[in-house]
Amino acid sequence: MLILECPCCGVKSEETEFHAGGEAHLKRFGPGSTDAEFEGYLFMRENKRGVHFERWRHVNGCGKWFLAARDTNTLEFFGFYPAQTHEPPQDIKDKISAKHPGWSWREFQ
Amino acid sequence: MSEAVSFLNGAEATHNGVTVRDAGPVGMVTLRGDLSAAKLKTAVKKITGQPVPGVRKSTVTGGKGACWMSPDELLIVVPHAEAAAAVAELESALAGGHFMAVNVSDARACLTLSGGVAAREVLAKIAPVDLSTAAFGAGDFRRTRMAQVAGAFWLDDAETFHVVCFRSVGHYVFGLLENGAKAGPVGVLA
Ligand SMILES: [Zn+2]
Repeated sequence: MLILECPCCGVKSEETEFHAGGEAHLKRFGPGSTDAEFEGYLFMRENKRGVHFERWRHVNGCGKWFLAARDTNTLEFFGFYPAQTHEPPQDIKDKISAKHPGWSWREFQ
Repeated sequence: MSEAVSFLNGAEATHNGVTVRDAGPVGMVTLRGDLSAAKLKTAVKKITGQPVPGVRKSTVTGGKGACWMSPDELLIVVPHAEAAAAVAELESALAGGHFMAVNVSDARACLTLSGGVAAREVLAKIAPVDLSTAAFGAGDFRRTRMAQVAGAFWLDDAETFHVVCFRSVGHYVFGLLENGAKAGPVGVLA
């Protein structure tokens, strides 16, 4: 059972009050991009055992989207942050580094 | 004008000291906008007689007030016959700004649940919420999942829960609460 804390309304609850929305920090490639970039944007996703970044929605609560960093192996969450964030905040990166020195995920480390 | 009838027309059930009741027609207005804006605060105060509620709080007393739904949404509660006037008031007060005010009275069902700690346990059986007296008190409001549907509730000064859900699932929620009461106390919150 995953325990999440919504950064928009402050509710801490188990996962059935929320809904997972796939990978976070996707960079959009639209008109003018190469076929490979467009394919990557549409279909290519991280599937790591360990540090992962995801979009979640507080669907049975305040209804807002937010982002989360977690360990897919231990089900531990490192932190939650607003959907309008382009890269994981430093305090969350530090928390991850404490448990997984030298981690990386896409262009973040 | 046809007569407004609530989802179970005032049905009531009591088991093991817990009473579930169809609260009858309740006026409800969804208001979306900037909750910190002066115009909005003034309009909410004029309609409900109360300030804008804090995060996850309800100001509803005596059938009037507001509940905090999200960082940009309130649920205004008024007597059923006053909902249309509340929408008109909001529309004139907030004209020209970015907002939405909709009368959702007939889209929702309202129930009350009373019975002290036993009532807390009935609700705790169907919602992933800490309902101990230390964690959830009078004036607290929560949107959550109630078994298989979305719902919300607040607690008033008389230890009565006011439960809100979509009218289409009102019968289901009434059944959830009634069955929870029938099953009797668990004892975890006692
Ligand atoms: Zn939330």
